[in-house]
Amino acid sequence: MFERSWTDGLPVVPPTAERVRKMLGGTSRSADEIVVSVPPNLIECNVEKIAINAVMAGCKPEFLPVVISALETICTEEFNMHGVLATTMSVGPVFVVNGPIARDIGMNSGINVLGHGNRANSTIGRAVQLVINNVGGGGPGGVDRSTLGHMGKQGFCFSENELSSPWPSLAENRGYNSSQNVITAFTGEGPRLVMDQKSRTPESLIRTLAEHLISTVSSSVVVGMDAMLVLSPEHSARFHEAGWSKDRFLEEITGMMMIDTDNIIAGSGGIEEGLPAELKGMSLPKFRPGGLLLAQAGGPAGLFSAIIGGWLNGPSGSEPTSKEILL
Amino acid sequence: MTNTKVLLDPTSENAPAERSLSKRPETLIALTVGLLDISKGRGDIFLNRLEEKLTDTGIKVLRFKKPTFTKPAPVDLRHEIASKCDAVIEALAD
Repeated sequence: MFERSWTDGLPVVPPTAERVRKMLGGTSRSADEIVVSVPPNLIECNVEKIAINAVMAGCKPEFLPVVISALETICTEEFNMHGVLATTMSVGPVFVVNGPIARDIGMNSGINVLGHGNRANSTIGRAVQLVINNVGGGGPGGVDRSTLGHMGKQGFCFSENELSSPWPSLAENRGYNSSQNVITAFTGEGPRLVMDQKSRTPESLIRTLAEHLISTVSSSVVVGMDAMLVLSPEHSARFHEAGWSKDRFLEEITGMMMIDTDNIIAGSGGIEEGLPAELKGMSLPKFRPGGLLLAQAGGPAGLFSAIIGGWLNGPSGSEPTSKEILL
Repeated sequence: MTNTKVLLDPTSENAPAERSLSKRPETLIALTVGLLDISKGRGDIFLNRLEEKLTDTGIKVLRFKKPTFTKPAPVDLRHEIASKCDAVIEALAD
């Protein structure tokens, strides 16, 4: 299968008819239902083809609805998976799962949440990438032109620890309720650690987070690229215990990330990269309104959070996209 | 004893259409050349210079621009280039 370019470089589970039949038992949809047109070649793809790739990725049948919905989020004009593949930037689809299904299928939202070791987290994103490669024709070195790539392109999917937080989840912020099963796709780099082990007040910790977020992708990039902040339980607790709402957190951190453009004009500080001179004398936000996505996840101990930098946002790039998961 | 295992095909099962490249013109003289800017930073600087050099030699140049470099050129734009030009140069610069 590797020789046929059907894999991502790691061993896969052979997709026998019996295994695929069992996989199809995980969804109420019929095997021949066309659910997406897969970029870059815009190939119409039915449930069976997705099931075959889900078997190869190591999914259990109960993961299949999440894999299908993940593909439905990224195979859209607004998410622009073709562009995400073709860019030389090191980004790929990052999936966050909210709702009861995340717990029902055993997804990890705790220790090592952005890492390995959990079957659902490890295989759902992998199945999606196999469909993009095998059905859509979007493999590395072909349409995928990423200069560096990152390990999350093997498959990057996690769930939010929504039960132990008083704050609304990512899905709730995007218009869904907590009883709905929702998947959100975001175009992201690999995660980067933010360390702050000394702050005991929200006023201090939020400054650390803002300082790190400002350098996302490049300190001279403003407005045009989003980011996802994965706030760990111990960092989240600083805000929860002080009575901060999520809205207050986002409002305050946005105010701390207003950038004086004089500092990032091309040539400033001896750095040729930067904004054009006509943007001098302005104050611009690091992120567009709504451009900082926030998810709460991670192990119970550890004063670290993570930033997942984004890619070009809006109609010229990729929009974060959410969809309710059809079982 | 043979132990054959049949696998289901994970691919689109479509063979991509193999298209040969169009025949390259031997000269651009008397032809119309389209310059396609993909909307990446400084692509216009490169294409402006190309336009100067081409027009200096009497070649007719038409300029086109993609709305964004992150997406394929719209069908209408591709059709317009194909119907108005004999050759096209697509370029970017960072």
